[in-house]
Amino acid sequence: MNAIASPLLETPTAWKLPYRGKVGMACLIAAESAIFTIFVVAYLFYAGKSLTGPTPREVLETPIFYTICLLSSSLTIHFASKLLERGRRGGFLVLWFLTIILGCLFLYGTGQEWHRLIYDLGLTISTNVFGTTYYSLVGLHAFHVTAGLILLTIVLFFGLADRVGPEQSARVGVLSLYWHFVDGVWVVVFTVVYVLGR
Amino acid sequence: MASETIALNIVAPGSRGISDRLHDWAITVDHKRLGILYILYALLFLVIGGVEATIMRVQLITAHNHFVSPEVFNRMFTMHGTTMIFFVAMPLMFGFGNYLIPLMIGARDMAFPRLNAFSFWLTAFGGFLLYFSFIGGSGLYGAGNAPDVGWFAYAPLTARAFSVGHSTDFWTLALLVSGFGSIGTAINFIATILCMRCPGMTLGKMPLFTWMNLVMAALVILAISPLTAAQMMLSIDRYLGGHFFDTQTGGSATLWMHFFWIFGHPEVYVLVIPAFAFASEIIPVFSRKPIFGYPVMVAATICIAFIGMSVWAHHMFTIGMTSYTNSFFVLTTMAIAVPTGIKIFNWLGTMWGGKIQFKTAMLFCIGFLFQFLIAGLTGVMMSVAPFDWQLGNSYFVVAHFHYVIVGGILFCLFGAFYYWFPKMIGTKLNETLGKLHFWLFAIGFHLTFDSMHVPGLLGMPRRIYTYEPGRGWEIWNLIETIGVFIQGIATLVFIVNLVLSYFNGPRAGNDPWDGWTLEWSVSSPPPPYNFTSIPTVASRRPLWDLKHPEDPDSLYE
Repeated sequence: MNAIASPLLETPTAWKLPYRGKVGMACLIAAESAIFTIFVVAYLFYAGKSLTGPTPREVLETPIFYTICLLSSSLTIHFASKLLERGRRGGFLVLWFLTIILGCLFLYGTGQEWHRLIYDLGLTISTNVFGTTYYSLVGLHAFHVTAGLILLTIVLFFGLADRVGPEQSARVGVLSLYWHFVDGVWVVVFTVVYVLGR
Repeated sequence: MASETIALNIVAPGSRGISDRLHDWAITVDHKRLGILYILYALLFLVIGGVEATIMRVQLITAHNHFVSPEVFNRMFTMHGTTMIFFVAMPLMFGFGNYLIPLMIGARDMAFPRLNAFSFWLTAFGGFLLYFSFIGGSGLYGAGNAPDVGWFAYAPLTARAFSVGHSTDFWTLALLVSGFGSIGTAINFIATILCMRCPGMTLGKMPLFTWMNLVMAALVILAISPLTAAQMMLSIDRYLGGHFFDTQTGGSATLWMHFFWIFGHPEVYVLVIPAFAFASEIIPVFSRKPIFGYPVMVAATICIAFIGMSVWAHHMFTIGMTSYTNSFFVLTTMAIAVPTGIKIFNWLGTMWGGKIQFKTAMLFCIGFLFQFLIAGLTGVMMSVAPFDWQLGNSYFVVAHFHYVIVGGILFCLFGAFYYWFPKMIGTKLNETLGKLHFWLFAIGFHLTFDSMHVPGLLGMPRRIYTYEPGRGWEIWNLIETIGVFIQGIATLVFIVNLVLSYFNGPRAGNDPWDGWTLEWSVSSPPPPYNFTSIPTVASRRPLWDLKHPEDPDSLYE
């Protein structure tokens, strides 16, 4: 029963533990979710409590097209990592690049909306409570999209240099987990800001 | 085993220069070195925070005292609270966790060693940023402007109009930066414990220390993140002209309280659960019995974490919430005493019938049991909302939470120092000095914090810089201050003990306490790679199995 000195003799036949990258990313997502929860709670708490205009009903337009862009990028990144697992690097790169394009389109949409709100309608972060909560929540999400895009672009460059193969698919899977999270958060933000908040 | 006991120490010989060795420490990603860095860093801030407490106690030693100005007093209680929570207690817990978790689960390092180093330096620079406010708080014009808004920084005190200069911003940024460090460490703890255990160590066979650190890390992720979010909002208010907590434009000061205490109360459990973890390792070894009710201990820990997330507004009874809200938080707060009580009974059950060895580490844990019980009892008293209306924001509250943090958490931490110092350094701490430390500290602690309850009951509010004579508060305040000096002397004894034993302590050997967990199977201090070959375990006490092959635990678990 020498449990320590004989590592090989008594090793249980199947000793499989979860992949640390996945567990780490899941924890990061939990932490980020808590941060977003606080911002969402603040948004809902202050909905309709602005003392001056403009109100969400007056100025917000539902960004249907850009939402479709971001949500479909979840599909492209999913299939991209599936293709990488099967060793089809070309297809992976195409879909990966498409994901980045879709993410950039979404960011462009946010930028355009903010430009309209700030320059045409005069709503800034200090105008009223709506402005404060709206720019903080949407901005926090856009910040996460930006961070995700930077990471995706780094992988793209590695891929173009032919350094991303099936052996990296687990790591790429971790990154796509993060991207799915960013998309999932948008579903919540969209519901809160553009559906419930109006 | 033989191959393990042979000295495999490849620590660099003394031939290398001091700058080389410092450089090694600065760039290290070794969990043991980072653990020691965390601990040293926290000890530095422990002394600073202690000096701040002493300044406050000297000011309050008698009525109408003029030791410091009201402004300095405000800075002292703000800095004392912030320092002790974020830059003493948490780094100490992270330090011990970092050092011990991989050793206890038979791993060679943490799951993400570089993230580990990054987290430490974030925490470290967070602390330095906080203290830089002493010279940079007013942009160098009014030198000496540290944060003075209290450690929970209620709105609208933090608004630009009431907190001019940059001191509050230093406070915000320090907590943001160190908060990211804490989240990084928590992610690392969870990934390490779930993904790096040695063969045979199922979740049910992990040492309780690892279990409790796993739960603590989960709580850090759920509790520190709201604080991070709230600090972002405060920065937006202060720098971008936002209105989150600006009551004049529809913002809410109450929302800040909720956001702060959603962090603030679980934070207590973030600190106390690792303290439980120390007690759960030390008490069995010095009672010569396995822990009583292992599965119940795990369940109670998880239970505490769950309930701990839903008690935060008991800090806010006095602000006037609805009766339904009050009732909810009264009930959850009372409920959390149940799993905590279960734990106390389990530790008592472990000691019951054991051959107790009154080593210094054990003395501190017994002190913890006794004091933490009283802290819990005053906690249940204050969970009753009407009682809290009477005593909220009084010295009774201050006495209660210092009983938890000093009497509970700090006592366990001292126990952990005496227990694991031999493993980390290779020499034992002096037992005579240790017992002197324990008794002095216990006496000082009780003088200060037992007597602190009384002026609270007599109506003395917290955070006042002076008071009128003739209210019956003077004698109690005098005793409190005397107690603080005794605690200070005890801490000096402790530091002397650390230094003397580091240089001249008796060699500890691998296993000075006849322990049962894997860290005692390697040399003291362990080699950089921890284990020559990754061990395999069959029970919760692998070293017991090894030492008693005729009667291993694995037969009964």
